Amino acid sequence: MKDVIRLAHGNGGKLSWQLIKEIFLPILSNPHLAPLRDSAIVEVEGKKIAFTTDSYVVKPIFFPGGDIGKLAISGTVNDLTVMGAKPLFISCGLIIEEGFPIPTLKRVITSLQETAKNVGVTVVTGDTKVVEKGSADEIFINTSGIGIVLPEANLDPERIKVGDHILINGSIGEHAIAVLSQRQELGFEVPAKSDCAPLFDLINEVRSFLTCIKFMRDATRGGVAGVLNEIVQGEDFGIELWEDEIPVREETFAVCELLGLDPLYLANEGKILIFVEKERSLDLLSHLHHHPLGKDTRIIGEVVSEPRGKVYLETTIGTKRILDLLVEDQLPRIC
Amino acid sequence: MKYISEFREKNLVNRLSGRIAKVASKIKREIRLMEVCGTHAMAILRYGIKELLPPWIKLISGPGCPVCVTPNQYIDEACTYAKEGFLVTTFGDMMRVPGSRSSLVQEKAKGGKIKVVYSTMEALEIAELHPQEKVVFLGVGFETTAPTVATSLILAKKKKITNYMILSGHKLIPPAMEALLEEGEVKIDGFLCPGHVSAITGSQVYDFIARKFGVPCVVAGFEPVDILQGIYLLLCQIAKSEAKVENEYDRVVKPEGNLKARSLMEEVFRVEPSIWRGMGVIDKSGLEIRKEYSQHDVRARYPVKVTSSNNKKGCRCGEILKGVIEPPDCPLFGDVCNPSRPLGPCMVSIEGTCNIYYRFSSKVKI
Amino acid sequence: MCLAIPVKLTKIEGEIGWVEMGGVKRKINLFLLSDVKVGDYVLLHAGFAISKVEEKEAEELLNLLSQMDANP
Repeated sequence: MKDVIRLAHGNGGKLSWQLIKEIFLPILSNPHLAPLRDSAIVEVEGKKIAFTTDSYVVKPIFFPGGDIGKLAISGTVNDLTVMGAKPLFISCGLIIEEGFPIPTLKRVITSLQETAKNVGVTVVTGDTKVVEKGSADEIFINTSGIGIVLPEANLDPERIKVGDHILINGSIGEHAIAVLSQRQELGFEVPAKSDCAPLFDLINEVRSFLTCIKFMRDATRGGVAGVLNEIVQGEDFGIELWEDEIPVREETFAVCELLGLDPLYLANEGKILIFVEKERSLDLLSHLHHHPLGKDTRIIGEVVSEPRGKVYLETTIGTKRILDLLVEDQLPRIC
Repeated sequence: MKYISEFREKNLVNRLSGRIAKVASKIKREIRLMEVCGTHAMAILRYGIKELLPPWIKLISGPGCPVCVTPNQYIDEACTYAKEGFLVTTFGDMMRVPGSRSSLVQEKAKGGKIKVVYSTMEALEIAELHPQEKVVFLGVGFETTAPTVATSLILAKKKKITNYMILSGHKLIPPAMEALLEEGEVKIDGFLCPGHVSAITGSQVYDFIARKFGVPCVVAGFEPVDILQGIYLLLCQIAKSEAKVENEYDRVVKPEGNLKARSLMEEVFRVEPSIWRGMGVIDKSGLEIRKEYSQHDVRARYPVKVTSSNNKKGCRCGEILKGVIEPPDCPLFGDVCNPSRPLGPCMVSIEGTCNIYYRFSSKVKI
Repeated sequence: MCLAIPVKLTKIEGEIGWVEMGGVKRKINLFLLSDVKVGDYVLLHAGFAISKVEEKEAEELLNLLSQMDANP
């Protein structure tokens, strides 16, 4: 590793993992951190608590379908949700650039609160720091969250078996495209909307399936391909995805073709990947379809025995090729 | 018709695979077909095209990645301009290519004014909006891109945007194809010619390849159906011991190409010898800016001196670019040189043969 | 970098064109083409239209291919 941090170290891809494995883990090492899941599970007096933290540096701070406030709640709620926890309490730390307009701050916090209220979480503590102009870009938000793990939940990558199906609750790449469309220099007009949304209500809807759901992850930075690669790395199974089954909206497809991007690597903020027993997948699918945030759920692939430790794509023309972890960022400052 | 999904139809792909298998069975020796375009290389691997071909039909990559064939000297010049306070504008794929000592992404991290743009028009607009900045656009790319750079120069001259300049590094494909055949180091039984370069140059530019060297050429588009049809037509020629230029991509490519684009290139650029990484100097293969536009030629107005060194020890990008070896044949491939730790441009550039191979091929050893 | 995509011309204003693809709209430069009209498909590369896409030739190719024997 060279001796300066590069933008790519924050993109959730290979370099991010290198940083975690070569710097953070060795120094901070402890059994709670080691699994490197979306939330840590800690036990307090017999109860399993999920605990997570995330920082939001999205640029621009307002984008079609959301803003940094909505994102700050959704992202953290989703990190708790995918651990099978009911999100309860959130902390909110703000780093604000000198000169940031107060009415804008109010707009961001109002959106944050609305999102929190809609999903039933409470912001119980917070902190504010102001830095000189130029030392931060408008506003950065860190949220940490805690939730109680539901008794039915037993989500563990160890439970993943060959034959399990992989579901996703809708089309991919929209958050990245929505944010990108706001970056003026592209000269794009895209009817894109971020999928940014807290998903606890969706998973709560299918709570009864939690026993046959083996594992869940939200497909944020690194996209579907990034997240699935993290899951299979070093494991004795692989994953096969079916390109024809992966839902992509027309405008996302168009922007990706125009810019040479691959939607499988683009960040989502309202999509969960669910590993479930094959025998129950169709049933789960139809239940998810009943909820507005799950109406476009598809079964997009399965866990396979070979090749192990890798993600493969069955292409639209019927051939197979590897879907590796991306190294450099397709798009920086997306979350 | 939208011209994309129609050319990815599974059913047409299957028919073509069948036809390819049939004609290939009549050719009882190893056949090496070379593509000379990074976009073809990407499409071939993205769609798993090799899986559809009989094992004795090999697809090899040539020097079709403009970033990969750009020598260290060019990157060194670009970095020097960045160090000297110029506002350097560039297409994204140039950012991480290593020069002798540095790269644009490293210069940016050190405070260099470097901006990725999607079009020369953006770079021109930046120059117009910031007359106090000395704006340089890195003119790298083949015949597909050169006309867009030529246009920006013509407009800059017309509108007197004197702070807009080009660092020209454009190269031409047909001379490189000729050089490969003259050198004879790699056996090439047919060329899959680059569809978008050909949209500008026209399909006639390859006539001399078929005539002088007896090598079949088919101009092909980039969807799976285009590539397979291109391969099919090449194999049909080989089976009949023919050598001519055919155009699979006639919905876009005409025999004479885009005459307007060609004349704009002619107005702004003159053809000169050019250094191709791994291949040395190739005659008549580069574009330099004509005297009439020297006000917008950064080398003419603000010459810089650079001392450039060669590739990292053990790097075999040169042979990769000529199709002499495949990425796994390079001892550095995978373990030492990979997209996280690229040593040579073939691994750095997203259209580089090694980068594409690493990302898409199942034979990667980890 | 030969990435170029077929897009539909929806509006022409001198040498600037507006194109549409899958709902995405973009402004592009038509300097390199002389004979285009609204409704035509053009190949977009680095912000420029570099060629027209001819429907007739596309249809002919697709027809030719779909008439190929599936099992020769």
